[in-house]
Amino acid sequence: METGIEMAEEVHTEGALDAHAGGPDHGESGLSFHPMDQFIVRPIFGENGDPVHWYTVTNATVWMAVAVLCVLGLFVLGTRGRAIVPGRIQSVAELAYGFVYKMVEDVTGRDAVKFFPYIFTLFLFILFANMLALIPMSFSTTSHIAVTAVLALAVFLTVTIVGFVKNGAAFLGLFWVSSAPLLLRPVLAVIELVSYFVRPVSHSIRLAGNILAGHAVLKVFAAFAAVTVIAPVSVVAISAIYALEVLVAFIQAYVFTILTCVYLKDALHPSH
Amino acid sequence: MENEAALAIGQMGQYLGAGLGAIGSGLAAIGVGNVAGNFLSGALRNPSAANAQTATLFIGIAFAEALGIFSFLVSLLLMFAV
Repeated sequence: METGIEMAEEVHTEGALDAHAGGPDHGESGLSFHPMDQFIVRPIFGENGDPVHWYTVTNATVWMAVAVLCVLGLFVLGTRGRAIVPGRIQSVAELAYGFVYKMVEDVTGRDAVKFFPYIFTLFLFILFANMLALIPMSFSTTSHIAVTAVLALAVFLTVTIVGFVKNGAAFLGLFWVSSAPLLLRPVLAVIELVSYFVRPVSHSIRLAGNILAGHAVLKVFAAFAAVTVIAPVSVVAISAIYALEVLVAFIQAYVFTILTCVYLKDALHPSH
Repeated sequence: MENEAALAIGQMGQYLGAGLGAIGSGLAAIGVGNVAGNFLSGALRNPSAANAQTATLFIGIAFAEALGIFSFLVSLLLMFAV
C-alpha cells in the first residue's frame, strides 16, 4: 500500500489512520500496530492528514537528507586533514573508496573508471540510507519503490545512453546473440530485449523489497514481544534479525552497485 | 446481501493468492541455496580461485533472489493494494 510516495499521497488526503481501511482486519489479532505502518510517509510539520506536495518536508525527505549529510560529513570532514597516516574517519573513507574503486575496475574494466564517481555516490547513498533506516524510530527511505525506482531508472538511462553513444547501432548487437544458431537468434533476441527492459524493475524492487521485508519482519516480532509467554523468544529473535538486517543493508547496497557495474560493462563492451 | 458474499469471496481469493505467492519466496530460497552451495563446493575444491569469484556469487544470488522478491511483492500487493 505504501510502496510509493505517490500512493501515500493519495492516502493522506483521507487521513493516515484510514490508510489500511481496505486491508486485513488486524484489530483482534493482538497487534496494537500494523507492521506496515512504519512505511507511511508523513509530513514533518503540520497534521498527519495534511496533503503531501512535492515540496512538503516529509519523514522520507528528511531521512534522505540525513543520509546525504552523513556521506558529506564522512568524506568532507573525514578527508580534510589529508593525513599521511589516516585517522579513524579518514581510514573508513579510504576503505570505502578503495572498495568501490576495485569493484568498478574488476567488474567493468579500466575504461569505466570515469563512471566511478557516479557508482561511488550510488553506493554511499544506498548504504547510508539502509543503515540509517535501522536506527529505531527512523524511516527507511530505501523501502519505497518511488525512491529506488528513481535510482534504478537513472542507472538504466545512463547505461542505455552510454551504450548508444559509445557503440552507435552496434549496441543493438547486445540483443543479437551471434554465438547461437541462426534459427534461435530471433527467439533469443526477444528474450534479451525483455530481460533488458525488466532490469530497472528488478533492480529497484530488489532493494526496496529486501528492506521492506526485513523491517516488516522486525515489526512483526516486536508485536509478539507483547505476549508474555513468548516475549523472551521474541526479543532474542529481534536481536538476531536485526543483526541479519545490518548484513542485508550492506549486501543490498553492494548488490545494487555491482549490478550497476555489470550493466555498465554491457554498455561499454556489448559483445555477445 | 449477494454483494456482501461476493466481496467476501473476493477477499478470500486475495488472501489465498497472497499465501500462494509466499510459496514463490520459499522457492527462491531454494535457488539462493543452490547458488551458494555450488559456490562453496567449487570454492573448497579450488580455494585459490574462490576470492576472485565472490562478485559472481553475489550477482547470482541477486538474480535468484529478485524472482522471490517479485512473488513477495505480488503477495504484498494482494494483501494491501488490491
